[in-house]
Order: sequence, then structure tokens, then C-alpha cells
Amino acid sequence: MKVSLKWLEDYVNLSLPTRELAEKLTMAGSEVATIEVIGENWEGISIGQVTALEKHPDADRLLLATIDLGEESITVVTGAPNLEEGQKVPFARVGAQLIDGHTGELVKLKPAKIRGIRSEGMACSEKELGISDRHEGIMILPPEAPVGMPLFQYMGDTILDLSITPNRPDCLSVIGIAREAAALTIQATHIPDISYEEQGAPIEDLVSVEIADPDLCSRYCASLVTDVKIGPSPQWMQQRLLACGMRPISNIVDITNYVMLEYGQPLHAFDYQQVKGKKVIVRRGKDNESLFTLDGIERALNTDMLVIADETDPIALAGVMGGADSEVIDPTTSILLESANFYGGSIRRTSMRLNLRSEASSRFEKGISPELAPIALRRATQLLIELAGGKAAKGIVDVYPGRMTREPITLSRERIGRILGVEFDIERIREVLSSLGLSSELAGVSGNLSVAVPYWRTDINLADDLIEEIARIIGYDEIPTTMLHGEIPERLPAPLLSLRETVRDILVGCGMQEVITYSQTSQAMLDRIDPQHKLGPALRIANPMSLEQEYLRTSLRASLLACFAANERHKQEDIRLFEVGKVYLPRGNDLPEERETLAGILGGLRCDHSWLSEEDTLDFFDAKGVLETLFSRLRADASFKPVEDQNLAPGRTAEVIVDGQKVGVLGEVHPRTAALFDISSQPVILFEVDLEKLLSLAGAELRYQPIPRFPEIARDLALVVDADIAASKLQDIIRSFSLVSQVTLFDVYSGDKVPKGKKSLAFSVRYQSPQRTLTDEEVNRTQQEIIERLQRESGATLRS
Amino acid sequence: MIAKLDELRSRALGELDSIDTSSGLEAWRIRYLGRKSALTEVLRGLATLPLEEKRATGAAANELRTFLEKTLTLKEEAIRESEIARSIEQGQLDVTLPGRPSALGRLHPTTKLLRHICDIFMAMGFEVIEGPDVEWDYYNFEALNIPQDHPARDMWDTLWMDFETEDGRQPMLLRTHTSPMQIRVMESRRPPVRVIVPGKVYRYEATDATHEAMFYQIEGFAVDKNITLADLKGTLFEFAKRLFGEERKARFRCDYFPFVEPGVEMAIDCFLCNGAGCQLCSGSGWIEILGAGMVHPDVLRRVDYDPDVYTGFAFGLGLERMLMLKYGIDDIRLFYSNDLRFLRQF
Ligand SMILES: [Zn+2]
Repeated sequence: MKVSLKWLEDYVNLSLPTRELAEKLTMAGSEVATIEVIGENWEGISIGQVTALEKHPDADRLLLATIDLGEESITVVTGAPNLEEGQKVPFARVGAQLIDGHTGELVKLKPAKIRGIRSEGMACSEKELGISDRHEGIMILPPEAPVGMPLFQYMGDTILDLSITPNRPDCLSVIGIAREAAALTIQATHIPDISYEEQGAPIEDLVSVEIADPDLCSRYCASLVTDVKIGPSPQWMQQRLLACGMRPISNIVDITNYVMLEYGQPLHAFDYQQVKGKKVIVRRGKDNESLFTLDGIERALNTDMLVIADETDPIALAGVMGGADSEVIDPTTSILLESANFYGGSIRRTSMRLNLRSEASSRFEKGISPELAPIALRRATQLLIELAGGKAAKGIVDVYPGRMTREPITLSRERIGRILGVEFDIERIREVLSSLGLSSELAGVSGNLSVAVPYWRTDINLADDLIEEIARIIGYDEIPTTMLHGEIPERLPAPLLSLRETVRDILVGCGMQEVITYSQTSQAMLDRIDPQHKLGPALRIANPMSLEQEYLRTSLRASLLACFAANERHKQEDIRLFEVGKVYLPRGNDLPEERETLAGILGGLRCDHSWLSEEDTLDFFDAKGVLETLFSRLRADASFKPVEDQNLAPGRTAEVIVDGQKVGVLGEVHPRTAALFDISSQPVILFEVDLEKLLSLAGAELRYQPIPRFPEIARDLALVVDADIAASKLQDIIRSFSLVSQVTLFDVYSGDKVPKGKKSLAFSVRYQSPQRTLTDEEVNRTQQEIIERLQRESGATLRS
Repeated sequence: MIAKLDELRSRALGELDSIDTSSGLEAWRIRYLGRKSALTEVLRGLATLPLEEKRATGAAANELRTFLEKTLTLKEEAIRESEIARSIEQGQLDVTLPGRPSALGRLHPTTKLLRHICDIFMAMGFEVIEGPDVEWDYYNFEALNIPQDHPARDMWDTLWMDFETEDGRQPMLLRTHTSPMQIRVMESRRPPVRVIVPGKVYRYEATDATHEAMFYQIEGFAVDKNITLADLKGTLFEFAKRLFGEERKARFRCDYFPFVEPGVEMAIDCFLCNGAGCQLCSGSGWIEILGAGMVHPDVLRRVDYDPDVYTGFAFGLGLERMLMLKYGIDDIRLFYSNDLRFLRQF
């Protein structure tokens, strides 16, 4: 909401410097976003009168205009088509700053010589002054403009641009802001007189109004003005409209807009002649009806929309936009002026459905007071008579089916203390309330006030609403600062959250970079991960901002692959990323299941280029090492088993099993999948762990194990087995012997030195007993038993 | 005999002079002090000598032995010293060469700040609870005093899920704020409650340097007997100091959120210009950081808390804005595009 300070001054004495006023308004809830000064650069521009206009001796289309500036007269060359003798115009002397009509930049006016005649200044267009975009002719000032007065003094202004919160439709008006300013500076407001002469026939004889759907229209007021003359509105009104960001159109439309800005009540002017049957019906639209709105678009109506209709057809979309047929245009002489109160919810639905948000609809939807309708109507009628030369019919139409009485609100001092944590003197409270137009009486019990709320404050309904008024006018700085002092509530354990944070820390410790990606994904991304649609469908967003963000992801894979690819494009050479985030699994008629999932991706160089080490690429076992670290830190006993996965390379993929349950998968990204994401690194390893599943399995309680007191004996064991025997199988067998305390695989070999189809695995086995020192014989015997069992169960032989 | 010992002494000393390694020294020790050395033989042969000579020779031999042992110790030390000096001399490093790189993992800056903020509130007795990203209209709006067709819905441009009820309503959405958890938590617990809710929120919004379709919020609320706006002020001002520094000033101004009454917005004095006015604070000297207020009595009533007995406060803040302010980041889109060149700075 833009407010001109000159206009504001009509209703309240602005005793504070602009900055301070803006600060007070901001603190009290109406944030002043910007302060714009109109005419900031108008030094050297003053009001002149055209005293003589002659033809340029050497140019047909140029004129010599003599401008009286009070103290002196200046003759200049002009090409303006609209100058006439006697007119008052803004005149800029050499040195003044004007906006260049073509470039839009502010430039200093220089003396000009046109066809041999020198000009020491120029008359200006609105555009050159920065008032509007009009540049066709010189701006013509009203005849009463005083010659010689600096233009800034005459029509400079300061515009506050305020952000009005949706609960304060009353502040979407200059008078509303004036009331705020008055309360904040402890003064009264001067609201204009709205009386006018009623000369015509009684209005009941001229028009009738019926509200067919009173649930959507609580009040409808109308006046009728005949014999109006359509033309431009006066300069001052145009200026104020422009200052508030509205375009002047004609005196009639400008008056309705002006009163809307002044009071916050939207109005609509109909061409009375076009209202068939001289009857206005406020009703719901019909499904087969349509209406050409003022913007020339045919709108299909329905029963959810409220329309203003005459005897036969809709003539306006109530509170949203007028119809083209009843538009006030030049031959119009009689105006039917509407000032009504429509139900905000319906206006909001209609305007959103039709994508027609207007100044009017945005006020109605916030719920303005029905009491405002006749007041604004009379004000507009008064202006119509004054500025368009009309005659008003006697009386106004006022149909008010939604009349409601507002009971006073009881406000106790005790409640004020309970909410604000501070006690205020009762007289101070009453003074604050009164400055806002809220009258209060001491009621019965000591310390209780009975507060009557003025009609325009539709937002105040509870004692707590009044408490906010007190706090914001007194200022929040007066509220003390205390700490919570009640007992600290019981906390419930949140094992998933702690697991998730632990996982994050462990992975960071493994050298992985955490990423956070969007929960939204695209059909294309889902397809890349699941080309044959083997997985269930993803949840779709009905109104996505873009197709990139149309679905909720069902896995983290696509996010990480895309993230990997993007960083590869940025020439990152070692990429190790992980994300712990939710995936969204649809559950029919319920909210989706949101599952905390871990995924990681690795590829590129194992370490940065270094003079210390050979260049080497990350591989499957780097990723596996990360997972092993993770599970070991979580005290979960994980095993890995070959598995197939549509995104991962066959033979290079394992599922992760904890307690017999699959909790995740690990593998090299399938070259086809990598290609879909434009990933060029090879290999790229991906892993995925279902944290919720892990939660139920991991984290065996930590118990201290005594440090072994007896020495250990180490033996190496080099075996030759068939190449397809899993190392873990041998390792498990070795580990199953009770004297074995640790098994480490330290060499894997397949090549010339072993038979074809075989591989050699070398283990370092440590033997130890918690009870005694082992003898060589015991160890040799156990090792022999191990070898025999390995041979029996896996065909392993000792490597000779 | 004495003369033989003297000759032995001068030979031993002469040889010792030219020795400069530990191994050479050991050979010398064996030669002159070992079991088969001439000196040991002299000592062993003493018994056969006549008494007078035995005494004199014995004293001289023992004296020579002690002398050689002492000399050996001194020489050992000298050689060790010179060997250390030699190894240091030979083993000098170019200490300016880069170290061996270790893989460096990092948390996402959002996670880091989220944890920091949670820690601050946990120290004040708040508990961390999370909630669903996909919500019902009821929790996101209606239960928070934002019914259908309420103009305040414009404050939250909403992404709706493609999900329709039989009567044609579309009640499933991506939460636009973390406030729905006020309702969910209060529905399941009796006061007192003190909870913070971090999480992702979503908006139907074209993205640019200051707008994202997904970002993080932290909601906080406390409900009990005797909680006042003064407590809200105390809690949040303390939070601002712990997050932005002890010297920060904070202020409340009136603002509107349908689910609180009174509603406020908190700002801190600009840490770039210390309140004088600069580009960061758009000249005002203050930077808005969060919205807050006293929980609306209708909200309490809806979860069956008696507003005449219980009062409470609630607040919500956007995380990325804090990060942007703290680190001078000028584009919010950097957070979730996960460019390593960005992430590795934190
Ligand atoms: Zn600043």
C-alpha cells in the first residue's frame, strides 16, 4: 500500500520527521519498505505561464513560447503540440535535472540552440519530471497554480510504501494509516465531511436492489448520480492516484479508485442506462452463464461465483471486476454507484480461479467492515457531484441482511499480565485503547475493562487481540526480558535422530562430504533409476513449479548421481558424497511413509595429486571400507553377499546384511546408468542403507571386554581355492574356531603361480586364549584342524 | 711386565683415536678388554707371579683396565653424538613440501548450523522432535487458524499433492512451514511442552538468489502455566546472542501470523554496520531474523489445552537466511545445488 504523505496530512497532523514516522509504523506492524520522494530532483523547476506563442521563423513545426516565471520571462523553442497561451506549465531552467524521454536517465539540462534560436530552459512533460510515463505533450498544470512557485513546493510529495499484513484491511487505506499515525503520535484524526446535496428523485423510484444470496453479500448500498460529464479527473486527484500506484482513467473511475484508496472500500460505477429493468440482483452465477469483463475477456461463470446481475444478465463479477457492457464510458450520463460488502472467501476463490487479483478483491477477501459501505458511498457520491457535475438522487439504497452487533470485549488486567509478563497502569491502557478509537469502561470487577471496538477494526475479537494493540502501541521495548522458569518437561528418546546424526559423523570421519538435495524430482530422473518401472509410483505434486520438481523422490540414488555428475562437470577429481535424507513412499489414502535413508557415492581419485603417492582411483573396496567402518562403529555385524541391482554392475554388487536382514546395497554403478547421468568417471560406487531398518538391528549394548592377559601367537595360512569361492566363506570358517582371536586377509593372488581357475588367499591368523598361555602344539593342532575343515568345506589346499 | 702394560696402553689409545664407528669401537673393546685380550691374560697370569710383582703388576693392570673402560665410555658417547649429528645432517627435509593428504569429510553447512541452533535450545530445556514433510491441510493451515479461503494463505504459496478426496478436496500438501508440528506435538502430549522442530519446508516459488522452493526451518514452542511474552523475549534474545555474539542487540516489532496473538518479528542490529544502516540491512540498521508470538487461544483450544490455564509462545526461523547472513552468502540456491567448491568452504 503506497501512501502519499501530502494526502495523509489531510487527516492527521504529521508532527514527526518522515523517518521517525516510518519507524513507528514499522514497529507497530505496518512495515514501511521504502520511502520515495517525488520531486527530489526538481531543483530549478518552477511554475510558469505561457504568455505568448509564436511560430518559429525558420521552422514550420516549432514554436517560440514565452514563459512568465514571475521574476522574469524566458522565451524558448518548443515542438510540443499541446501548448496554448495562458496555460500553466512546469518549467525547467538550464541546470535542472530531467529524465531523458528516450533513455530514461537523469540528465542535466543544457542551453540549446534550435534553428538559430537559443533556449535557456524548457517546459516539461510528466515523464521528464518522473511523475508518469506520459511524454506526448507538456504537462499542463491547473489554472490556479501559482506562477513562480518552485514545482516541488507545489506538487512534491513523499510516498511511503507499506506492507500491510492480511489481518488489517483497514490499513489498506489512507485513512487507516492516518488512524495508525494518530494513535502512534497521540493525536486525533480529521475524517472528511461526506454530506452532499440530494437534488434528484427518490432513489427507490429509480433502482431496486435484491440480495438473493445473503450469505455471500452482507450489505449492498447504492447511489445514483445523473447528468454527469465524463472527462479527466482534476490534476490533484490524478497525482494522488499516480502516487499510490494507480493509473488515472476518467473522473468517474478515478473517483471510485480514490475513495477506495481513501477509505479502503472498493466501489463500482455502472452505466445506469445499461442496467436492464433498473434492477440489481446480487446472486450466484449460473453454470451456463458468461460475462465479458472489463479486460475484454469472456469469463465462464459458475454457481460458486457471486455476480451482480440486472433483470436478465450478469453485469459484474462481484468484488472482482466489472462487466464490459455496463462500463462507464463517454456517452454515459447516469451513474449507478455500488458500495457493497461481499463475503471474502467467495471473492478470494473467484479471483484466484480466474487469476484476477485486483485492488478490490484483495480488500474484500480480507474481510472489511459492512459499516464502511454507506460511508464510502456517500463520499464518492459527494465527489461525483463536485468533480463530474452530477445530480444525486435522494437517499441511497441500503440492503443489509448481514447486520451483526458486536459485543464489547472484556479485558482483565490479570490477562494482560499473563500474556505480556508485565503490568500496566489502567489509565495508560485506556489511553492507548482510546488513541486507536477503542472506547473502554471500567466494568464491575476491579481491573476489568469493557472495550467497544470501532467498526473498522474487524481483526479485533478477543481480549488477546486487545493485548496486542496495547503492546504494539506502547512498544515491545517496554516488555521485560525473562527466562523460562517452569520445570523442564520430560524428554522422550529419539533413537532415529541420534542414529542419523551418528551416521553423519561417522561418514564425515571416513572422508565423505555431506550433501543435501531436493526432495522433489522429475519423471525423467525417476525413469533413469527405474527404467522398467519395477518400483512403485512416486507421489506427484499437483502444481509443480517445473517438471524438474514434479514428484517426491522414492530413493536418494538419482539425487546423488546427478550431484556426482554436476561436480564432475566442475572438474572435481575426487568425489565422495553422502546424503542422509527422507524418501517418500506413497501409502494410498494416508500420508506417505517418509523413510530416513543413507546413500553415498564415490568416484575419481583416491587422493589429491600428491608428490607422495601414485595416482589411484577410488573403487568398490573404498566404498566397502566406509560401510565397514560405519557398521563397526554402530556395533552391527554386517556381511556382504553378491546381489543383482538394476542400477549396479552385475558381479560388482553386494547386499549388506545385518542380523540376517538386508539393510542396504553397495556396488559399482552400471555403465548404462552412469551414461544416463553423463557420468564419465569409472568406476563410480554407490551405496544405500535403510536407516530405519538398521535402527532396529544395530547398536548392541556396549559392554567392556577385558584386555587379554595371555600372549597371542600368529600364524600365516596361504590357501589355494577355486576362483569363485568367496573369501568371506574361508574367513568365517577360520573365525569359527574358539582359539582364533583375529583373522586378517592380507593377500589375494590369481595368476601364473597358481593353477588356472584357482586363486590364492593368504590369511594372518592370531590365536589367543583368555584363560592360559597357548603352547605351540595347541596352536599347530588347531591350525591343522582349520586346514582340514577348509579343505572339506571349500576344497582349499595349502599353497606350497 | 709393567712395560708391557704401558705399551698396551699406548697401542690401545693410538688405535682408539682412529675409530669413528660403533662397530669399530666394539672390535676395539673385544681386543683390549675382551676375555681373550692381552690385558685379561695379564690379569689371569697374575697368580703365577711372585708376590711383590703380583701386587705391582696387579695394581697397574687394574688401573689400566679402569682407564680403558672409562676411555671407552667417553669414546662411545663421542661416537653416538657424531653419529646423531651425521644422521641429522643427512636426513634434512624440505619442510615446505606438502603433507600427505587425508580424505577430508565435512557436514553440509545447513546440518552444522541446524545442530548449533538445536544445541542452543536444548541447553534451555527444549527437546528436538521432527515431523513429516508431507502434511494434511488440517495441520499445515486449518488447525493454525488458517481455514480455507483465508487471505493469510497468501503468506505461504503451497505445493499441493496430486491427491483428491471423494468430495474433490485436495488436502495433502508439502508443508510450507514447520508449524504443523505445534499441533501434532500438543495433540499427543500434555503441558508442559518445550519443543523445537527442525526440518525441510517447501514453497510454490520461482527460485532466485533469495527464494528457494525447498529450505529449512526451525520451529520452537513452549506451553505451560505462566509463560509470557517476556519469556519469549528472554528466550529469543538469549538465542540471538549465542548465535550471533554477545554484543548483538535484538528487538521485537509487531507482525502478524494467524496462529499467534500477539505476533512479533524479531530483528537483530546489523552486524555489518552495527546499526548505522548499510546495504545488508537495507539502511534500517536492523536485520529481521524470525517470526514469533504467543500461541493463539484458539490453537490451544483445538488441542484441548485450556487457554485460561495455559499460555505459550511459538517461533519459527529460516535457516538458510541465518547462514547467508553469517557467512555473507548472496545466493540461496548454492545450498542445495551441492557444488563441492561451495561445500568445501565450510
Ligand atoms: Zn547494516
